Amino acid sequence: MEQELGKNAVWANYQKDIADDHYYYCRSCIRQAFLPGSERMFLHIVGNVLGKDIYDDPKHTTCTGIAYHSDLVPQETTATVIARHFALMTEAGYENMAISCITSFGLYTEILETWKEHPEEEEKVRDYLWKATRREFKIPKNIAHTSDIIFHFRHQIAEKATRRLVDVNGNPLKVVDHIGCHYAKLFPSKGVGGAEFPYVLAGMVDAWGGQQVDYPERRHCCGFGFRNYLVMANRGYSVANSHKKLESMKPYQPDLIVANCPGCAMFLDRWQYTIEQMEGKTYGANGQGIPVLTYEEMAGLVLGYNPWDLGMQLHQIDVEPLLLKMGIDYNPAGKHELGARQLTIPTLK
Amino acid sequence: MKHIAIIGGGPAGIESAASLAQLGYRVSLIEKSAELGGHLSQMFTLFPDGRNAAEVLSELIAHARQKNINVMLNTEVIDAQRNLSGFTITLSNQKTVTADALLIATGFRLFNVARKEEYGYGIYKNVINSLQMEKKLRTGDLTMANGQMPKRVVFLHCVGSRDEKVGNNYCSKVCCVTAVKQAIEIKKMNPEIETFCFYMDIRMFGPYYEELYREAQEKWKVVFVRGKISEAAENIDGRLQIKAEDTLIGKPLRMQCDMLVAMAGMESTADAKFAQTLNVARGLNRFYSSTDNYLRYNNTNVEGVFTAGTCTAPMNIIDTIANARAAALSIHQYFSK
Repeated sequence: MEQELGKNAVWANYQKDIADDHYYYCRSCIRQAFLPGSERMFLHIVGNVLGKDIYDDPKHTTCTGIAYHSDLVPQETTATVIARHFALMTEAGYENMAISCITSFGLYTEILETWKEHPEEEEKVRDYLWKATRREFKIPKNIAHTSDIIFHFRHQIAEKATRRLVDVNGNPLKVVDHIGCHYAKLFPSKGVGGAEFPYVLAGMVDAWGGQQVDYPERRHCCGFGFRNYLVMANRGYSVANSHKKLESMKPYQPDLIVANCPGCAMFLDRWQYTIEQMEGKTYGANGQGIPVLTYEEMAGLVLGYNPWDLGMQLHQIDVEPLLLKMGIDYNPAGKHELGARQLTIPTLK
Repeated sequence: MKHIAIIGGGPAGIESAASLAQLGYRVSLIEKSAELGGHLSQMFTLFPDGRNAAEVLSELIAHARQKNINVMLNTEVIDAQRNLSGFTITLSNQKTVTADALLIATGFRLFNVARKEEYGYGIYKNVINSLQMEKKLRTGDLTMANGQMPKRVVFLHCVGSRDEKVGNNYCSKVCCVTAVKQAIEIKKMNPEIETFCFYMDIRMFGPYYEELYREAQEKWKVVFVRGKISEAAENIDGRLQIKAEDTLIGKPLRMQCDMLVAMAGMESTADAKFAQTLNVARGLNRFYSSTDNYLRYNNTNVEGVFTAGTCTAPMNIIDTIANARAAALSIHQYFSK
């Protein structure tokens, strides 16, 4: 009986409360740098398409996550920075946090869980914050990663969609999902579907007509792992992890990878180029790479937005074969335009 | 004639019923399922010498076929109350039974391997638990979900035992030797199948268990790897990929196999409602606890309530039978005071 229930039984054990409206938005440092279209698209989907209240606070700063995980910033400092964000949210009159970065989401959760176990740490941080900024804060009522919020509204998005995750013949696209390690591996109960078989992205794929692909290294880290990448001597380890995943997913011939962590989206995309240069090996159809999308890009495509407005021209792996496969009518010449601005076209010297 | 109600018709319940009847007591043996035997009825052979489990069970049942024993099948204990003259027990068939003493022999519950999500039990068809492997051995059908014979079977020890994450710090004792036995039985049925055991420590606590472990390696070429499996996943061809660290050579390991057998630990059944009503004490491991681990192992904190077998701690069949006889004697001593 247990064996017949399969993943649905696992998913049923990990239901998560996600607020319906009134979000205080926490931006991601690296998403703004690598995937600026996705941050913009999230705000647009939530605010305009779904008509929800979301506040993008200009006073918000980094959570210090990368420095924290690289042992450059002590936990008290990180906790005080996060406490300041809680104070900003309290001052703005919000109670529900929408956190754009997986690293930040894991860190906010870690700090809150630390305070639950060690209330004296919370008191200490409240004191630090008061001395440094004269600010006070309330603990958020609800904390969700932005992918949780898109998952929460996946059926409403499907109702408004003009496209589905299918090819020109109506066959479902094969979608590999990749979940950032800090989404649920730290605290399985904080992720939709838990840590081993998360449903947060697979649920979007199901709702929008794609076919989710399970493969042996699905749960493996992309290799970003802060010090793997930040210390140049360790980067081979980072590439090796992405390589392991790409080798494992290749037999399934996925049409795209969707990730909910900016680091994962970045490295699964960029390392494909590196591997091609190192080994001459590619993993997609016709000698091309496998496009790596954020969930906002995937949502944007099904909602009918211009891929270049979504920022998909900033990917290393060309997304045009995917657009053609989906039968999306796009303007190839618009690839290097962003609004009225002409993007710099990279050239090899 | 004093009347003893025994709750649970597994080996402990059956043997203590037989012993009590021989000592001159009237016994009601209450079993919730349709037949006697408990987990023993699902076993193939027993360690260390390969004795057929069905033979042992039928001998136990024959021993308990006595006129003073009333077997009540398909009957569950709903409630039990202590009163001045003994106990009043409410049964699922709406009847009540009065008894002078109560013997709890409710056995153990097999750990649900799905709680260790990383192994994909309940998701991947060829990830099974040790009891399911026992059934395969009993029926002589070692085939996988697709009907084909496996080429490589991997056993994983300590699933749900010695694991703080699932709240079970204790050792379930019998899983190591069960894996050794099952691996040997597979080899006997089909020597072509490769068998691997992934373990933390090999705990061969019983007589001749160490010899069986040696035989598994020398005669049957079962491979033992010291390391726990961190995750299992399914390949495109339906085979399983497992990851572990071989801690003897200090290297990570990735292996393909056809079947993964999780050696599921034993968990307590001491959360029964009737036991809560009677306030029968439980230990930190959640099994029933004794008033004295050395001298009064079968006595609980409630006067007139005794325990026998694996409802007190994980144990093998040999120890269960011995413990059941000890429980009968403890009850006899109680009434002989």
